[in-house]
Amino acid sequence: MTQILIIILTFVLTNNCILSQFLGICPFLGVSKKLDSAVGMGAAVTFVMLLATAVTWPIQKFILEPYNIGYLQTVVYILVIASLVQLVEMTLKKYMPPLYKSLGVFLPLITTNCAVLGVAISVIDNGYNYGESIVCAIGTGIGFLLAMVLFAGLREKLEDCKGIPECFKGIPITLVTAAILSMSFMAFSGVVDGIFG
Amino acid sequence: MNKLGIVTKGIIKENPVLVLLLGLCPTLATTTSAINGIGMGVSTMAVLICSNIVISILKNVIPGKVRIPCYIVVIAGFVTIVQLLLKAYIPALDAALGLFIPLIVVNCIILGRAEMFASKNSVLDSALDGLGMGIGFTLALGVMGLIREFLGAGTAFDIPIYAGTAITPAGIFMLAPGGFFVFACLIAAVNFFTKGKAIKKKEIGCEGCAMASMCGGSCESAEEGKEADK
Repeated sequence: MTQILIIILTFVLTNNCILSQFLGICPFLGVSKKLDSAVGMGAAVTFVMLLATAVTWPIQKFILEPYNIGYLQTVVYILVIASLVQLVEMTLKKYMPPLYKSLGVFLPLITTNCAVLGVAISVIDNGYNYGESIVCAIGTGIGFLLAMVLFAGLREKLEDCKGIPECFKGIPITLVTAAILSMSFMAFSGVVDGIFG
Repeated sequence: MNKLGIVTKGIIKENPVLVLLLGLCPTLATTTSAINGIGMGVSTMAVLICSNIVISILKNVIPGKVRIPCYIVVIAGFVTIVQLLLKAYIPALDAALGLFIPLIVVNCIILGRAEMFASKNSVLDSALDGLGMGIGFTLALGVMGLIREFLGAGTAFDIPIYAGTAITPAGIFMLAPGGFFVFACLIAAVNFFTKGKAIKKKEIGCEGCAMASMCGGSCESAEEGKEADK
């Protein structure tokens, strides 16, 4: 139980996938203009991340490793994730139209989201077992959602800002905001160790 | 378009990182030193040139409907080759870049060039385009790595410049916030010197995203739809 809490807190706060590992920067900057879409994107990424890790971990352990074809990892993972996203999209469209309406538009974008592939590979690199991998995927997803929501809130305020130098307008000031947000997340480092000793 | 123009446009006018704002994850994550940045740039360039050539050769064979999965398989194949070569010959760089080597697969620059250039142009032009874009990417990463290494560790290409003197390097430039901040300043500098022409009115959004052709801007129209609902 403690182990699970440590993994979740680590990946939500201290090792936040966007703000400290730089995974998934494109959606972080691209889809964070409105709070609604940031929440939708974050939820969709969490969902796909969980599914992708749940599927790729057994593939790695029961197919790639026993047959000594670990070098095919990258190719197999990206294909599995791409087809999984397609499958999820079709399933949602057919059976859960309301959910498809809110998440569906983000799904094609997620195929090339590095956070999904990144988590699937890093749980193997970290040597997590199946349960820990699932928890890690959920934690990373929540961390992604948290960063997206915080940043969308900040960006909505940023639009009313006056006195930004001409050359900093638009993307540069957004990135400076991200730098400050990421600095504030650095304050969490050590918190997890502090709680669980 | 002349051959030289194809190469140079990727380096300056359409620099993938500083002007098109593609491939930001490796740009921010691997530029903790100049050597890491250049290593990442060269690895990406190798994959980009090879995948551009192969996709350009296969452009009449690949059916339009499944082109994106086909491109991804080609790219993933070359990434695996680069990954194995790095593991065998430059293990230090492989350890430093770590996770970001397999993640070259999902770098928007590569899929973007496959979709926008290699699938429409001749083999030679595609190779040159890959070369130009690759050099542009490497240059941007090298410059950014150099700045962060200089400010954060006091060295340049691992040679001490002021490290060990009375001036203490600001270590935060090696960490995540420094990455965002240095990149913000670089974009601002590009804006300043081109008087905002290069990135004029450009937002990081659907236009800049390599997947835009796939999703057909559905993410953007969804946002508009939500606004209309209100």
